[in-house]
Amino acid sequence: MPVTENWKPTIVAFCCNWCSYAGADLAGSSRLAYPADVKIIKVPCSCRVNPMFILRAFEKGADGVILCGCHPGDCHYSTGNYYARRRMTLLFSMLDYLGVEDGRTRVEWVSAAEGVKFSETMNSFVEKVRGLGPNVRLGDLRCRN
Amino acid sequence: MQELMERAKELLASGEVARVLGWKKGENDWDVEPRFFESVDSLQDFVYDGFCGANLSKYMIEAGKKEGKTLVFLKPCDSYSYNQLLREHRVDREKAYIIGVGCKGKLSISKIPFDGIVSVQGASYPDVSENLTVQTLYGTQTVAYKDAMLERCHVCKGKEHVVYDELLGESTDTVDADRFAEVQRIEAMSPEEKFAFFQKELSKCIRCNACRNVCPACSCRKCVFDSTAFNSDQKANTTSFEEKMFHIIRAFHVAGRCTDCGECSRVCPQGIPLHLFNRKFIKDINNLYGAYQAGSDLETKAPLTNFTLDDAEPGVGRG
Repeated sequence: MPVTENWKPTIVAFCCNWCSYAGADLAGSSRLAYPADVKIIKVPCSCRVNPMFILRAFEKGADGVILCGCHPGDCHYSTGNYYARRRMTLLFSMLDYLGVEDGRTRVEWVSAAEGVKFSETMNSFVEKVRGLGPNVRLGDLRCRN
Repeated sequence: MQELMERAKELLASGEVARVLGWKKGENDWDVEPRFFESVDSLQDFVYDGFCGANLSKYMIEAGKKEGKTLVFLKPCDSYSYNQLLREHRVDREKAYIIGVGCKGKLSISKIPFDGIVSVQGASYPDVSENLTVQTLYGTQTVAYKDAMLERCHVCKGKEHVVYDELLGESTDTVDADRFAEVQRIEAMSPEEKFAFFQKELSKCIRCNACRNVCPACSCRKCVFDSTAFNSDQKANTTSFEEKMFHIIRAFHVAGRCTDCGECSRVCPQGIPLHLFNRKFIKDINNLYGAYQAGSDLETKAPLTNFTLDDAEPGVGRG
């Protein structure tokens, strides 16, 4: 896809049910704007996100993937986000190693009270991905299309 | 080798073990393959030499389902894989009699055709010699043993077995390279170069699943890469997602459990340096969560099933 001025990235945001999804809700009810390019997928916990979800999102055409969860220590299930943190650290490091720019992946801890942070995070992330352009890398890793 | 064979015969004849898991001579010197020997007579095909690179640990899962004890020969690096399987409750220590064998570095026949040595017909070496004699269409040539060693032997894990019942034979130190040098070289590239490098390597993949089948860490009864549609093994049914992401998914599935035994790279018929994926994870784990060697003991918590309150945030280890 040629990068034009009107090009809009597709961003997938995995948000945990207890904090970040409520944060997104708050952003909405507070009338805070964030780009419509962000597609939110609600998950029970950030730890629910299997690394394959991230890969699948990229394969299906996402240009950036962001994972939002409760702040460390605030997980509804006590420790879920700690595991998620380790997993995503390794996975995103691997994606970077394969040539998927690190700006396309991000983890942000957003609590239910942080509507402003949610909107700011999404705005800056979309801006970053827009600068990087469309992601063709992962789908093309084996020259399959 | 004679020593190992004698000991195997002794144990088999005394009834202490019901079978021997070892290496079997092939048609050519380098065609050595893993094999269960059920009788003393069949042991005449037993071999242990520089071409016995195969890690026998994974076959012990199969052996555990059979009656009686199995005698298995493990090289120092293989014993890490066995220990990892033990920790994951995939093998039964009671049903194994482990002889830790000495290792002087193993050879890779695919590394020999270099420096003008072409049309290789055979390769052999006297047990203690430093050089490998290679028969080619154009006569006999010699290659330094070191130059024909498997990649993993250049970054050998050491001479010590982590699990054994008895030890036979001497090991030598073969380390002459930095384990993470190649990973660091790739990390320093630009995203375009990294992608070009991996695309070049991975586009060679024919999805034969050899890496998965040989990997001691890949021992799930049900694998995500198996077809659910026909219940036929392996490659009959793959989605385009699997096709593209196979190596990333596989590397992640074994992250924190991979002992870096190097079997994946050894068996790849296309010569893809698959260990580079595993080593990237190992390097990150070592840097971020403290040095960890899978299989070195049975107690330490695996890095991905553990956490600390002040772990690095994602993005820290990158670049």
